[in-house]
Amino acid sequence: MRLLLKGGRILDTSQGLDKVADLLIEDGVVAEIGSITAKADDQVEDVTGKVVVPGLIDMHVHLREPGFEHKEDVRSGTRAAIAGGFTSIAAMPNTKPVTDNRSVVEFIRMRAAEAGLARVHPIGALTKELKGDEIAEIGDMIAGGAVAFSDDAFPIENAGLMRRAMDYCAMFDKPVIVHCEDKALADDGFMNEGLLATILGLKGIPREAEEIAVYRNVMIANLTGCRLHVAHVSTRGSVEIIRQAKEDGVTVTCETCPQYFTLTEDAVKGYDTNAKINPPLRSADDVAAIKEGLADGTIDVIATDHAPHAIEEKETEFAYAFCGMVGLETALGLALTELVHAGVISLASAIEKMTAAPARILGLENGIKIGNAADITVIDPDAKWTVDPAKFYSKSKNTPLGGRELIGAASLTIVGGRVVARNNEVIA
Amino acid sequence: MRLKRKDILGLEEMSSDEIELILQTALSFKEILGRQIKKVPTLRGRSVVTLFYEPSTRTRTSFELAAKILSADTSSIAPSTSSVVKGESLKDTILTLRAMKPDLFIMRHQCSGAAHFVAKMIPEHVINAGDGMHEHPTQGLLDMLSIHEKKGKISGLTVAIVGDILHSRVARSNMWGLTKMGAKVRLVGPKTLIPPEARNLPVEVYTNLEEGLKGVDVVNVLRIQLERMKKGLLPSLREYSTMFGISKERLKAAKDDVIVLHPGPMNRGVEIMPEVADDPVCLVTEQVTNGVAVRMALLYLLLGGTEDAAAA
Repeated sequence: MRLLLKGGRILDTSQGLDKVADLLIEDGVVAEIGSITAKADDQVEDVTGKVVVPGLIDMHVHLREPGFEHKEDVRSGTRAAIAGGFTSIAAMPNTKPVTDNRSVVEFIRMRAAEAGLARVHPIGALTKELKGDEIAEIGDMIAGGAVAFSDDAFPIENAGLMRRAMDYCAMFDKPVIVHCEDKALADDGFMNEGLLATILGLKGIPREAEEIAVYRNVMIANLTGCRLHVAHVSTRGSVEIIRQAKEDGVTVTCETCPQYFTLTEDAVKGYDTNAKINPPLRSADDVAAIKEGLADGTIDVIATDHAPHAIEEKETEFAYAFCGMVGLETALGLALTELVHAGVISLASAIEKMTAAPARILGLENGIKIGNAADITVIDPDAKWTVDPAKFYSKSKNTPLGGRELIGAASLTIVGGRVVARNNEVIA
Repeated sequence: MRLKRKDILGLEEMSSDEIELILQTALSFKEILGRQIKKVPTLRGRSVVTLFYEPSTRTRTSFELAAKILSADTSSIAPSTSSVVKGESLKDTILTLRAMKPDLFIMRHQCSGAAHFVAKMIPEHVINAGDGMHEHPTQGLLDMLSIHEKKGKISGLTVAIVGDILHSRVARSNMWGLTKMGAKVRLVGPKTLIPPEARNLPVEVYTNLEEGLKGVDVVNVLRIQLERMKKGLLPSLREYSTMFGISKERLKAAKDDVIVLHPGPMNRGVEIMPEVADDPVCLVTEQVTNGVAVRMALLYLLLGGTEDAAAA
């Protein structure tokens, strides 16, 4: 079986490839790049005017299985992923039971194989049951396929334990992904601390709750030599701390999410629980700083923090609503609209942050190279569309971005040489 | 006359014209409270539900009396005796009550924005009787009515709100209402109880009581919650009382004809000294009476006919 992509702009930042050419996929792998004539029974896709990039990677997804299948499961989550142009996703360990041992890691991979859509790379818990007491069986989880380690939204408070956990991970050269939040300073707040929170009567979370934790973890990364990846950066201060740390040679990378360069805390006005996320949406100044960080390379990765929640978990009092929003099916459109079309970063830079950069951090194969698995996303950078949560493949619809008009979408998502989604619709 | 809005959720979103209309209507309704037969047929056949998720004596009673004087039927739901204790969500509670066809909901809830959530969900009127730390619009209105009665005006006055501003919906409603009506507002309290970026609100902020009271026309004293020490917001009630308790001596900094308000219930000897609480400068009981008048006005302006209020 051969699949021929005709006439697209092939863009792969991992090897400085950017040219208009045909791409031939044969038996699930990249076979040839150049001027290629179709054979009689080839599947041919005319991708003239479109951009052919390595399969997008989302390194921050909550798949909710096992344990919270009413929000999402591996199948629905991977369907959402391919609809949004992602061929690989990394799954956070806050499942039930927690992904803190090899059997859960293998279970998630098995479920992903059964679904047969996007590739799923489990992120193991750093400590048993995410409790911050004892280090989990990291070596065994790596043997089972875990690619990184994180205690997710339950960051380790104890700096001594964090140091040992990072020392331990450094032994395997695996990254530690940290949700940076000083919980005592955040003090069960619901939104960004500031004038709007004061007016709405909602308890705020100061930026410093994130920044203090970023700084601490940067210092522990420096102490241990462990690779630190800071999740969902949301403040100017965090960007500045990480920028300085990189200059100082600390092994730190970081991500932000589309919501942090698209929305401000104003989205909370009217008590929209879909805008309740953690870290919270911040100010226009923070959004500007996030964009600067994306532009100057301080921020390596665009990830989604796809956090599905059921309707009843959001259709409630603001204080009681769960934190998080879905993102798999809007991320590419937001990155293209808010960053590329808006002139903040180039298309190549956006693609780098959604392909080569997360692949490097997680140690994944990625890139349009002869012999590589043909995980390919074809992007129509000019496709105009409107976000309609009712059409999401995710089981959950929690986003404050419904009705938003975006420019740019995935027109083909190809996993292992098979077209699994076309124009945001799953066809596998 | 009628308010051109479905809900009363807060004073932030109200215009000064609307506030003026409510206060004038309340003044004309106050006459009814002085009658021997306190009943007019204005809202006969309309029904009102009070749903209080937090304990309240004065606000709930005040709303119920206001509705009854206007001949509306009232039902009151206390979550501790309702299916809320069985785990029913706010959404389902409201949809269930709605199915019994009331015209208006009066709601108090511990979460900021709870009344907004309900108001968005249903077509019936909603009056916010206090939502978390957000707003308590009827308290703001009755405080303004009390000030207006004593001072003959609101515009040009300086009002100091003293105490736990951070957690206070009363402070927020007073601030919006008073500033819209042309008064100057000062927030006075320990820094731990002043909300973040309060200086960017249309107010002046003081952490020194004497400076905060200097030359003011009105002092609105907030209740200090006794559990605030546990969160490290205050070292002790003793220190609070020494630094921020309103005594006769402290009031000397204010204008000679200063008046004192308190939304109740009072902690005598903590935020307000008995000598002030029992002095004619303190309008606590007048505030309660005005509360009934203000709530009558709101019910009338939301549910009533197009006739002038005075005709009721």
